[in-house]
Amino acid sequence: MKLIIAAIKPFKLEDVREALTEIGVRGMMVTEIKGFGAQSGHIEIYRGAEYAVNFVPKIRLEIVVDSASADQVVETITKTAQTGKIGDGKIFVLNVEQTVRVRTGESGSEAI
Amino acid sequence: MFTKRTSLIAGAMAAFCLPSLGLAQAEDVTPLNGEIGFIFTTFMFLVAGFLVFWMAAGFAMLEAGLVRSKNVAMQLTKNVGLFSLASLFYYLIGYNLMYPGDGWSIEGTLGAFGPAVLEAVGLAGEEPDLTYASVGSDFFFQLMFCAATASIVSGALAERIKLWPFLIFTVLLTAVIYPIQASWKWGEGFLDAMGFLDFAGSTVVHSVGGWAALTGAIILGPRIGKYTKEGKTIPIPGSNLTLATLGTFILWLGWFGFNGGSQLYMDTAGNVADISRIFANTNTAAAGGAVAALILTQLLYKKPDLTMVLNGALAGLVSITAEPLTPSLGSATLIGAVGGVIVVFAVPLLDRFKIDDVVGAIPVHLFAGIWGTIAVVFTNSDASLGTQLYSIIVVGIFVVIASGVVWFVLKSTMGIRVEEEDEINGLDMAELGMEAYPEFGRS
Repeated sequence: MKLIIAAIKPFKLEDVREALTEIGVRGMMVTEIKGFGAQSGHIEIYRGAEYAVNFVPKIRLEIVVDSASADQVVETITKTAQTGKIGDGKIFVLNVEQTVRVRTGESGSEAI
Repeated sequence: MFTKRTSLIAGAMAAFCLPSLGLAQAEDVTPLNGEIGFIFTTFMFLVAGFLVFWMAAGFAMLEAGLVRSKNVAMQLTKNVGLFSLASLFYYLIGYNLMYPGDGWSIEGTLGAFGPAVLEAVGLAGEEPDLTYASVGSDFFFQLMFCAATASIVSGALAERIKLWPFLIFTVLLTAVIYPIQASWKWGEGFLDAMGFLDFAGSTVVHSVGGWAALTGAIILGPRIGKYTKEGKTIPIPGSNLTLATLGTFILWLGWFGFNGGSQLYMDTAGNVADISRIFANTNTAAAGGAVAALILTQLLYKKPDLTMVLNGALAGLVSITAEPLTPSLGSATLIGAVGGVIVVFAVPLLDRFKIDDVVGAIPVHLFAGIWGTIAVVFTNSDASLGTQLYSIIVVGIFVVIASGVVWFVLKSTMGIRVEEEDEINGLDMAELGMEAYPEFGRS
């Protein structure tokens, strides 16, 4: 099993959710976050004085899937969340040791 | 001509009423013709007074929106406190100091001392000036102007001044400083005698509040974190632009009473038409100021700045206040628009001098007030540029010295600034022990 963590632009969340549901992803965790990457914030002006917005709002997705479908999920997120402009985000893939469904006690791939 | 018409109508009415006199059981309560002007003008003062009163709410909301949430309850406390103290001290000292009539202590310069006294109930035993309005309505209306002057100061000094020294300053401003200089123009003092024109108070009210705020802001110093050692300005965004916008619209509404009521008479068709003209000019000046700031911030900063647009509308209002009657709609729009431009450039300019004005009160009330006072000469041929400038300077010097002395005395006796830790934690908890938004987390 793999854990896929993706930081994407907030306005792309709905598109990504739809695309992932279509390829059979049955669950995800979503968090509103702030951060910076290569984009490293931007400059705004308030009452004539410049100030740096160092942390940009992003959406963090956490998805656990079978190892076999991990590449397809990563590919779908990349394709759907892409605008081609700076600040599109990052995807990380990690190994998952165990998964348990709280309601039934099932574990492993059955629990995803 | 007016007297002739009046007596004719009065005669006709008397003749018309005669046959019923023998039958009438009830007292005839039809207003005497000679009282109609008095009644309408008095009524006008009361309505205009309500509107100017409401500006206190406008200032409170504007300031609540432009300070950080940790200082909102304190800012509201200052606003309600200053309005109430202004009401008391204008009654006790200010009114007669400003309107001494024939009772000047120093002719044309220093008015009379003593509390305001209203007419007797039902005007019993009184001989009111039927060509004007009741003393009660005049006092009520003028009091609101005095309170507005004090409201201007609170916004500039927000988020770092202690409550009680601020309120003591308010007392001296509304009891002494404002009434003395206002008597020079509106009490028929020496500036009035020179031909100084200031219809509703670009100088008498707004620049006075602005000068007092400027003096206070310099003596008090900027908020912690507003300017870096290298002189760079760090913006401190306000907590609630919804409230700031509501406050601006409330002030805009109140200004119709502020300028319209300053016509001072509503006893003829000419006067009513003039009041209407003033309403329309006041509105268009605000619009001109707002649009100017909207376009200018878009051009300068690539994005419009709402807080500047709000300041721009208010600057437009201040600009038209010295002469809201004579301009055409077009000139009124332009006069207001220049006010909006002044604000957009003056806000960063004050920052360059490290003068921290939280809500933009100094650009709006002082700079646009000076502009409005000068702009009288463009539309009113009775105005002289020299007299206008002389009056701006005389009033400015008086207010800066008087309020400077008060601020320095307060600073060296009780201190005017909160402790550093209290400022950082917020005045709400430090000075009041309560918050405006206790259920909101802070990010």
